[in-house]
Amino acid sequence: MSSTAIPYAGAGDHGHDAHGHHHETFLTKYIFSQDHKMIAKQFLITGIIMAFFAMFLSILFRIQLAWPEKDFPILEVFLGKWAEGGRIRPDFFLSLVTIHGTIMVFFVLTAGLSGTFSNLLIPLQLGARDMASPFMNMLSYWFFFSACVVMISSFFVESGPASAGWTIYPPLSALPQAIPGSGTGMSLWLASMVLFIASQVMGGINYISTVLNMRTKGMSLWRMPLTIWAVFLTAIVGLLSFPVLVSAVVLLIFDRSMGTSFYLSDIIIGGKILPNEGGSPILFQHLFWFLGHPEVYIVLMPALGLTSEVIATNSRKPIFGYHAMVYSLIGITVLSFIVWGHHMFVTGMNPFLGGVFMITTLIIAVPSAVKTFNYLATLWRGNLKFTPAMLFAIGLVSFFISGGLTGIFLGNSALDINLHDTYFVVAHFHLVMGSASICGMLCGVYHWYPKMFGRMMNDKLGYLHFWMTFIGAYLVFFPMHFMGIDGVPRRYYSFTNFPFMQEWLTVNVFITWAAIIAGFGQIAFLFNFFYSIWFGKKATQNPWNSNTLEWTTPVEHLHGNWPGEIPTVYRWPYDYSKPGHDEDFIPQTTPFSETMTSNLPHDFEGDAVAEQIQREWDKEHGIERVVHH
Amino acid sequence: MRYKKYINFKTIFSLVICALLSLQTPAFAQAEDSAATTNDTSQVVSSSELQAKADSTGKTVSDTTGNAVAAQTPAGTSASSNAVEAAQQEEKSIDPQVYKNFFYYVLLFFLVCIVVGIIGKIIQVYELTKEMQGKGKRVNWNKFNGILFLIMLFLGLYGSYWSYVHHGSIAWRDAASEHGAKIDSMFIITTVITTIVFVLTHILLFGFSFVYKSTGKRKAYFYPHNNLVEKIWTIVPAIVLTILVLFGFFTWRSITNVPDDVAANALQVEITGEQFAWNVRYAGRDNKIGKRSIKLTTPMNGLGIDFNDKSAWDDVRGSDIVLPVGKPVRFTINSKDILHSFYMPDFRVQMNAVPGMATHFQMTPRFTTQEMREKLNNPEFDFVMLCAKICGQGHYNMQKTVRIVTEAEYKEWLSTQTYFFDEEAKKEFKANQAAKTVEKKEDNKQLALNN
Repeated sequence: MSSTAIPYAGAGDHGHDAHGHHHETFLTKYIFSQDHKMIAKQFLITGIIMAFFAMFLSILFRIQLAWPEKDFPILEVFLGKWAEGGRIRPDFFLSLVTIHGTIMVFFVLTAGLSGTFSNLLIPLQLGARDMASPFMNMLSYWFFFSACVVMISSFFVESGPASAGWTIYPPLSALPQAIPGSGTGMSLWLASMVLFIASQVMGGINYISTVLNMRTKGMSLWRMPLTIWAVFLTAIVGLLSFPVLVSAVVLLIFDRSMGTSFYLSDIIIGGKILPNEGGSPILFQHLFWFLGHPEVYIVLMPALGLTSEVIATNSRKPIFGYHAMVYSLIGITVLSFIVWGHHMFVTGMNPFLGGVFMITTLIIAVPSAVKTFNYLATLWRGNLKFTPAMLFAIGLVSFFISGGLTGIFLGNSALDINLHDTYFVVAHFHLVMGSASICGMLCGVYHWYPKMFGRMMNDKLGYLHFWMTFIGAYLVFFPMHFMGIDGVPRRYYSFTNFPFMQEWLTVNVFITWAAIIAGFGQIAFLFNFFYSIWFGKKATQNPWNSNTLEWTTPVEHLHGNWPGEIPTVYRWPYDYSKPGHDEDFIPQTTPFSETMTSNLPHDFEGDAVAEQIQREWDKEHGIERVVHH
Repeated sequence: MRYKKYINFKTIFSLVICALLSLQTPAFAQAEDSAATTNDTSQVVSSSELQAKADSTGKTVSDTTGNAVAAQTPAGTSASSNAVEAAQQEEKSIDPQVYKNFFYYVLLFFLVCIVVGIIGKIIQVYELTKEMQGKGKRVNWNKFNGILFLIMLFLGLYGSYWSYVHHGSIAWRDAASEHGAKIDSMFIITTVITTIVFVLTHILLFGFSFVYKSTGKRKAYFYPHNNLVEKIWTIVPAIVLTILVLFGFFTWRSITNVPDDVAANALQVEITGEQFAWNVRYAGRDNKIGKRSIKLTTPMNGLGIDFNDKSAWDDVRGSDIVLPVGKPVRFTINSKDILHSFYMPDFRVQMNAVPGMATHFQMTPRFTTQEMREKLNNPEFDFVMLCAKICGQGHYNMQKTVRIVTEAEYKEWLSTQTYFFDEEAKKEFKANQAAKTVEKKEDNKQLALNN
């Protein structure tokens, strides 16, 4: 396998030191930077800002849900006509829900997560000077940034932001007559999404080509850390599915602005019969979910990759079943493309097709289960060091289990009849996709913060942040399952009009308080993050005693990552606590010749000469080796 | 040792100053606000009047929004512009107390932050002194977090149990339909399986976190893989899921794949969703729903029923959904404008209403409303049908009552309902017919002329 690795032979090798000293202005260093580490930080900080914005929106609509009969005049001060008399208007409520979902799914958990960690870790963990195309990388960020600006600008148009739900199902999203948010707000949403997808595609191409072509000497695919496997496969999924969303969006733009009927047929609105004929709203749903479901894994897989790395490092143990972890990621990648129909069991799609999608959907639970068990096996008999990153990694496993299990209900088309579009769905995806991925992202931030900023974050605030987030998220989402079982639909402005929902009003108050408190917990993170950039404790080169390549770079960033030659990789990244070695970690750059006491026959990957040398050395030193298979 | 202070006194001090400054702001903001209102040439009301009017304003505002929701607005923007006008007519009346309260909350928040900071400081000082004394160790945060995981395990398991019992009892009502009973038993089986997995995996996850927390004395066990174990935990979930899939697949088919003759014999009811109401049409004596076409929609004929189709003549307008118990009923679901979702949680029935494409759902109710009331010991209980697909401002209140009654009661109720093809409709239909024949004659004439 190792012979397939392409040694790095770029221009960086000769006279790279001189290259590192060229003049950088503020503009080229911080704004239009082409350095992958800076771009990663740009993605991260933009993502964090967007996350707080979206979280704030969620608090607003949680307030409405908890106290539907109460006025909060202060809201009118900030929201004006959208909260007249201090009460959020129903259409603005829907806008809040829509934009909260859109920002969280796309801007935070896709760009904020993949963008940050793919950019940061692919070159650093693979031993590359930078991305394959730094310029395109920069464009990717700036497209993303403009998408954010356009999305937020929709709060400043008169008819309000898009309000058809983050899935923007037409005809609601196509007809401004149906809801004010489908006017200018929706146009901006669509424009923003096109920019966003352009950003994702550019990023994705870059990630894939970097992983395939720019690995350092010795870095075969099977020696890549799981983080890289995860972001690599994520990039493939994104590259194949995002363009389909563009097609959905473009057709919707045609329907909205040019009078076509891709999604519209037989509609009377505002007493007027629309001329559109022959379109199908179901078509949009197919196109949307062809991206939409892989999107769930685009959000989740990098988080799984990051936590695999963090759990292995902080358990001081190799990740259990590295190959199984990779194959399950590949399995998820492939299967994620053939399960989209489970979002459409009751939308009028052919019921037989529903049955087929149900089968594929439940199959995808198998690789997910394998991953979970492998995490547990990694923790078993480990030497767990609870850094904040490790706490969030364990949090991810917990959320992944809880949310994954409820997926078994929703993936079952018969059960989905009653649970579709209820709070059960809200609870399910907020746990498995929202909370789990956010945990993965935060785990990554805490773990690689020293690499990004050269300083450490405060541990204790990290603990506070974790426990508030973890407990808060469960308190918020666990009771929602039961609302869903009772049949409370999602995106309801208030629960006051149905006797059976009124029983949930007190639960709603509880959930809202939990959300507010968990929200305050995030401020501990915000403070910690920005404070530590300037005032954190200075980081050492390898603060977590980790094996991977990024910790061999100097703490102070330099363009090109390594001052001299790029290190060569000799082993896989998970040689933690290897018996016979005096330290509990062996970096990937340590050749087997330096670790004769701990080498295992398995390590040589069938290299007969190396095995021979080891045998002779063993004989010389009188060591009997237990073959471990 | 050189532990960087993360909250130094400078920060605390500046936070306090910020908080104090923000307390000053209300007067400031109020002044600005009133200045702005004068510029807007809207009325500036003295604060005493403000107090008095606050209540009435609140009411009118909520009324206007209510109206805006109820009104079927022809142009999208007009809704918001109406609201804007309404808002301009109302005086801007925000009580200064509101600002004060807001800033008190902000102050409270800063206070909490300061308290957290001080606690952090105390911990830090404690650790430093311990370290300076030499012998004592720092706080063992590893142990601390490990123990928290153990506590969380017990609290979490108890909390889940409590939630299952308490919330579960609110949430769970037996399905009131025959296929719903099948869904329920599958739901319970799935719940049992997933709960077992949930509990076991969490015991392992948090248990391992507690047991294997680093003590600094132990080395982890190097255990990179075990193919047998991995095979087991690939195959076991696969088998369990296969069982669930097969069970689910056949249930799903039995619900959705209704043979044509059974479907034709069921009681035919058509449901048409629109913003924000449901229309119910019963097929009448012939049990055939008359054809309809969107093009025929008039204010009189809201559903666009085609009265050329004689099976439409006996179609009955239902004020509610009233169904006889124990008899299969087939819903044909339509939408006039955008997507809605026909959802009756008690019957485990849901199907989207799609404009331009009729969807179907067949079910058999098995309890009458009366029986359900007795079962639940709640005389107020009613089955309900609601919209589950986001459809605009009124989405949250788009309901119809569903009553399940005996066959006799159903017949009696149906006889009190009105026909779609009433006198008015007949008149309109005849007028149209006449117009058409005239047109046809004219066409013929023209044809003749052309010839």
